[in-house]
Amino acid sequence: MYGALWRVMPGPWPVKLLLSLVLVIAVVAVCFLWLFPAVAPHMPFNGNSVQSGLPLPGSPTSVI
Amino acid sequence: MKRLQRGVRTLGEVFITLALFLFLFIAWQLWWTDVTANRAQTVTIHALERNFGPAGTPARAAADPKAVLTKVPFGQAFAIMRIPRFGADYARPVLQGTDTDTLTKGIAHYPGTAFPGQVGNFAVAGHRTTYGKPFSNIDLLQSGDIIVVETKTNYVVYAVDRHVIVAPDQVEVIAPVPQHPGVQPKQAWLTMTACHPRFSANQRYVVFAKLVRSITRASGLPASYMAAPVGTVG
Repeated sequence: MYGALWRVMPGPWPVKLLLSLVLVIAVVAVCFLWLFPAVAPHMPFNGNSVQSGLPLPGSPTSVI
Repeated sequence: MKRLQRGVRTLGEVFITLALFLFLFIAWQLWWTDVTANRAQTVTIHALERNFGPAGTPARAAADPKAVLTKVPFGQAFAIMRIPRFGADYARPVLQGTDTDTLTKGIAHYPGTAFPGQVGNFAVAGHRTTYGKPFSNIDLLQSGDIIVVETKTNYVVYAVDRHVIVAPDQVEVIAPVPQHPGVQPKQAWLTMTACHPRFSANQRYVVFAKLVRSITRASGLPASYMAAPVGTVG
């Protein structure tokens, strides 16, 4: 996989190295800015409010 | 044979890549969300402070010192919470609504519960380990610890009463009289909820505080309320 990626990149090895770095930074940026914020709400460790499907008498329900 | 070797190598590379992605996600969740949330929440605090005006001066908009908040648009920041136990410079914005998005921007006020200083229960939620973790040290709060909620018109001073650890569906903790749903409130309460244990959402760590007094901005907040409590670390 990575071997093939290295082979398809153009130029001598310093150029390939630079391209790889740019690629890594781009992947990390996409993850940090879009992918991770999108999946985080589905993770099981971020809840901190109380909520219930059936509101108890005299107490408001919260949306999470 | 060659083919098998290549297949095994590719499979290995895929697994290593997945592991790297998981590691990256942990770094993002535990470090980067704090960086961005702290930055954003500091901006919100400064905006609120500008809007409230300097301490000791009457609120610009509210001529009536008894004027209290009754309605705040969803998602809007309306108060600053200061907790001396968490450090002299601890200040976090309180926003209306407890949806996922609002919770990343500060301390979230449960819609429908009382506003600061009102009779009933001013109930808020906050993150414990991520997104700036406003309630990171909620378990350090002791009975008697002061919590100051600053609004445009008032400094509302609460003192910690007790804490409980409950299941996430035990909404009676944010009832007008905490843990006594259906009972008519006679006092002003503050309830803080955060996830528990750390890095988990299995339970909720809940702190109840009672109103000490509400002071108008014009009178200013006595410095004694912001004094570091005994045994404060850092």
